[in-house]
Amino acid sequence: MTTAQRTAVRAVGTGHVRVEGRDKVTGAARYAGDVPFAELGYGWLVLSTVARGRIRDIASGPVLEMPGVLAVLDHRSAPRLETDYVGLLGIRPDPTCAVFQHDTVPHLGWPVALVVAQTPEQAREAAESLAVEYETLPHDIAFDGDRPDARPADGIMPAVTDKGDLAAELAASAHVVDEEYTTPEEHHHPMEPHAATARWEDGRLEVVDSNQGAAWVVGELANLFRLDPGSVRVRSEHVGGGFGSKGVRAHQVAAVMAATVLRRPVRVALTRPQMFALAGHRSPTVQRVRLGADADGRLRALDHRSVSRTGTHYEFVEPGAGVARVMYDADAHHTENRVVRLDVPSPTFMRAPGEAPGAFALESALDELAEKCGIDPIDLRLRNEPATGPVSGLPFAPRNLRACFEEGARRFGWARRDPRPGVRREGRWLLGTGTAAASFPAGAAPSTAAVTAEADGRFTVRTAAADIGTGARTALTLVAADALGVAPERVTVRIGDSAFGFAMIAGGSMGTRSWSMAVMAAAGELRERLAPGMDIPAEGITVRSDTTARLAALTAVERHSYGAQFAEVAVDPATGEVRVRRMLGIFAAGRIVNPLTARGQFTGGMIWGISMALHEEALRDPAFGGPVGADLAGYHVATHADVPRVEADWVDDTDPDDPVGIKGIGEVGIVGAAAAIANAVWHATGVRHRSLPIRPDRVLTAGSDA
Amino acid sequence: MALPTSSVITLHINGEKHTLPVDHRTTLLDALRERLDLTGTKKGCDQGQCGACTVLADGRRTVACLQLAVAAEGREITTIEGVADGGRLHPVQQAFLDLDGYQCGYCTPGQICSAIGMLAEHAAGWPSAASGDVRPAAAAAPLTAEEIRERMSGNLCRCSAYTSIVEAVARAAGADAATAAAVVPAQSGEAVA
Amino acid sequence: MKEFDYRRAPDVPGALALLDDRPDARYLAGGTNLVDLMKSGVERPARLVDVRELPLDRVEPTPDGGLRIGATVTNSDLAAHPEVRRRYPVLAQAVLAGASGQLRNMATVGGNLLQRTRCAYFTDTAKPCNKRAPGSGCPAVTGEHHNHAVLGASRSCVAVHPSDMAVALAALDAVVHYETADGPGELPLGWFYLPAGDTPHRETALPAGALITGLTLPPAPVAARSRYRKVRERASYAFAIGSVAAALDVRDGVVRDARLAFGAVASRPWRARTAERVLIGAPATARTYADAAGAELAAARPLPHNGYKVPLMHNLTVAVLSELTGEAAR
Repeated sequence: MTTAQRTAVRAVGTGHVRVEGRDKVTGAARYAGDVPFAELGYGWLVLSTVARGRIRDIASGPVLEMPGVLAVLDHRSAPRLETDYVGLLGIRPDPTCAVFQHDTVPHLGWPVALVVAQTPEQAREAAESLAVEYETLPHDIAFDGDRPDARPADGIMPAVTDKGDLAAELAASAHVVDEEYTTPEEHHHPMEPHAATARWEDGRLEVVDSNQGAAWVVGELANLFRLDPGSVRVRSEHVGGGFGSKGVRAHQVAAVMAATVLRRPVRVALTRPQMFALAGHRSPTVQRVRLGADADGRLRALDHRSVSRTGTHYEFVEPGAGVARVMYDADAHHTENRVVRLDVPSPTFMRAPGEAPGAFALESALDELAEKCGIDPIDLRLRNEPATGPVSGLPFAPRNLRACFEEGARRFGWARRDPRPGVRREGRWLLGTGTAAASFPAGAAPSTAAVTAEADGRFTVRTAAADIGTGARTALTLVAADALGVAPERVTVRIGDSAFGFAMIAGGSMGTRSWSMAVMAAAGELRERLAPGMDIPAEGITVRSDTTARLAALTAVERHSYGAQFAEVAVDPATGEVRVRRMLGIFAAGRIVNPLTARGQFTGGMIWGISMALHEEALRDPAFGGPVGADLAGYHVATHADVPRVEADWVDDTDPDDPVGIKGIGEVGIVGAAAAIANAVWHATGVRHRSLPIRPDRVLTAGSDA
Repeated sequence: MALPTSSVITLHINGEKHTLPVDHRTTLLDALRERLDLTGTKKGCDQGQCGACTVLADGRRTVACLQLAVAAEGREITTIEGVADGGRLHPVQQAFLDLDGYQCGYCTPGQICSAIGMLAEHAAGWPSAASGDVRPAAAAAPLTAEEIRERMSGNLCRCSAYTSIVEAVARAAGADAATAAAVVPAQSGEAVA
Repeated sequence: MKEFDYRRAPDVPGALALLDDRPDARYLAGGTNLVDLMKSGVERPARLVDVRELPLDRVEPTPDGGLRIGATVTNSDLAAHPEVRRRYPVLAQAVLAGASGQLRNMATVGGNLLQRTRCAYFTDTAKPCNKRAPGSGCPAVTGEHHNHAVLGASRSCVAVHPSDMAVALAALDAVVHYETADGPGELPLGWFYLPAGDTPHRETALPAGALITGLTLPPAPVAARSRYRKVRERASYAFAIGSVAAALDVRDGVVRDARLAFGAVASRPWRARTAERVLIGAPATARTYADAAGAELAAARPLPHNGYKVPLMHNLTVAVLSELTGEAAR
């Protein structure tokens, strides 16, 4: 077989159905909990029922006598773990995943034991029967913006940036907005609960898991269990959503422990209620935004301070104040993220960490400023477009926010908008429209890939990417096809296997950009090597790539995706019901690899914005310390009936200086979406809603105050 | 005397008979997934709150997580593995594939089974909460986007592929034209019935 | 979930015999609530008696112009039935406002009547709850209660009844029929649900071991113009935070007959008889409707975080009655 002729048609940029689509619509796609194992043991986690304390006793004896029970693991019997390390993402492990190492309970829902049985029914009953005795200590989960123990904290970015004289610029401003905005505790809730099956075979550990990065999970498990990473393999072929929650969590570690002790495969799946404690979440935020502007809307002062909450055992900072560092400049510019430690589970990355709650506050405040200045909200933003990074001073890679607003305004019909609030009625509904800006960083991280020219004329790409619903498998197929100069049908992309080497996780909107760099590098070099008519040996010809050096050589710039969000809402002031009637998002997000799937990424993010604006909220009872109604009937996410026509499209966003031109699109869609809806609710009713979600009771009571 | 807590049952699934002993606690969902290797039916919440485990029981959409297997004996169960006609996809499956009516794919089998059941319900003239006048004298509600959304609301999709799911269901229903007209954004919102 | 015995009832007497007055036995029909509660450990039966296939699945006209509805009629079949839709549109609408298509296909009329509250303290066995564990306390009173009761105050329990269907049935004066080993019995819906009082664990007046066999709906010409409106925190597939079932007969600008019931405001479906007394004979105006709502809600005793339900129910009542009046005018 010889290499075939090059194809002239580019695959990137035209819509392709998902390469695994047929498996997904026929039920053939196997997710982590779907892969059968002989002699499988079923693990069921037992979580603490107290919010703070110590385990006095766990009565495992009677449970071990129950039918089918194979083991009870707790802090007295579980293998010891190493937790003093820095993982591949440069962060320390959340000790919640290092299960059963001590008797301390730092929050409600802390894993205290694992019961393993021969059937899921037996495991469930045994876990329910396990009596755990606690010494209960007083707990504190009271979160507000005025906690004196809230302190500046870095997390993934510096805690504080500061320039200029805020007091002076605010005093000199013609218009000042000074408001507090709050967002609630939110949960990822991918439709597939976290599940992992672990087994040992011939001295090697294999884990079939649902995660956002197989190589990442290998690194963490190898560190935790002090194993040679080469002896650990993690596979994660199909992943039922992640949104930031699917890293290393209690279930994988517990499954490996049990498989180690029992010498048989053990699966541990989180139940939906358990996910509220163990899957991570987005912290609530209390944000104060102060904006000062000249009469023409030019910002003199911008002050954005965000307080979030973390656990006592691990610090994660939800950096709500970070978005202003990119979006708007001012003579005096102050941003600050603070965190308070409480007796709650540690939060984690959740779709657009920082930007999602931060843009709700900042983009709402800008709408308020536009109202005060009597300037159109889009004009106000465009008047404040910065020339360079407001904090970094770095030049922007193409920043096409203006084009997003112009195209969006045209298509949404913004020019016909009457700016007055509360004047449009249709039956029982008050109607309004709103807008907001969006941005999200376009980063990349080192990854490896291998591309093989097969003897049969096909090509195989191997990289430890994860397709958590982003369409990454299909996108990489198209990227590889173009780099090889062949039709996508001749390319097979294999992902979700740590055996393929290190690769960036599906996170931070960095996955497809990072993996594409590696795939393009390997495919490009392979293409160079293959001469027309050349014979391919039976084992094929493989080229490997590693983008570490290439990324280190990239010039530092402010590189982000941008967007303009538009929403129309209807509000029934008599009942407080809010319905989104339509949304439009126009984005500038680099080269769009697969328009068919990209549209879904953008609209999916925007619908997360609907859900964030109107529905999502986990309420904790201070007396018990845990969420109330910890299930999908108590924690509402948007369903079909909440989602009207939602359209997304994009403007040209070419970056000639960037080697791939691809930016992330997974997160920018949610940024600003909730603010656009809240601004539309104001336009409909004349009442500002600065606390999410905009529940019917809030609309009703706010209306009566107004 | 201890009461029996398990039974040997025969389940009729996708036209095949399966005889197996079950713990009475076993749900139809767990029987499919853990006993019969029919893992296309997904466990999203195990509490009847997400729709991922939707199957058809005697043609009607049902959540398998709240259906005890022992109580399903005698009913004809159709799962996602049984909706295609051999190698030819069911029109609903084909439309989901063509219109990208999913992302991660985990809720997809439930969405598809639900859509198949829903289309039959609509064809039988069942009204919905979106139908306004439910009286039988009123004209049968056309399958607008709003009707599809209300009728499909028992199936959560956290990736939020809702817009393309609705388009796919409409296409499969042969309602393309009517529904497309209904979902085009109008000046002050949406022209739905 | 502990192990249990499972039996299929051959007929109604057989079902009663299988249940055998055992306090740890339960009838199983659609299972949408019972199986869920068994998973959360709220219910731990030793025996299930499956009554789903009993021949109680008919909807039939009664000689007086009402309807008899069998206990195992599914919620879907009830809402789709032409006679239900023609004579009692409010009932079809209430059923369609509940749950999802899948759950309505499974759930039965009898089971819907007996569904338990969605109060999160009730469904979490690690928490105190007077309804689940009498005498253990009610954390909702001082905890998270923004969707709890404002009418029929009890300090022992502030949970609300979750059914939409039962709110319409309350407005329609439905009668519940049951069988016991000692013979049949019936309970008007107004007596079927017990007030929470100091015994919130006793939810219905059904005798121990009784099997609900069906309902009758008396003829109600007023119901020809009737409506159910439900407000919830998501547009569909969510429990109510407030709902109204209303039927109105307006002639010559005067309310001749009216039925009104509220959902999600009390431990049971709340028949608004005080409001009805204000309505009947009064001019069919928004002012009358506001007076009626105000009269009913004067008895409201909100908790710190659910006071919004009072204006919500007030506004919803006025809106629904006004809509029905508008229809009458057309």
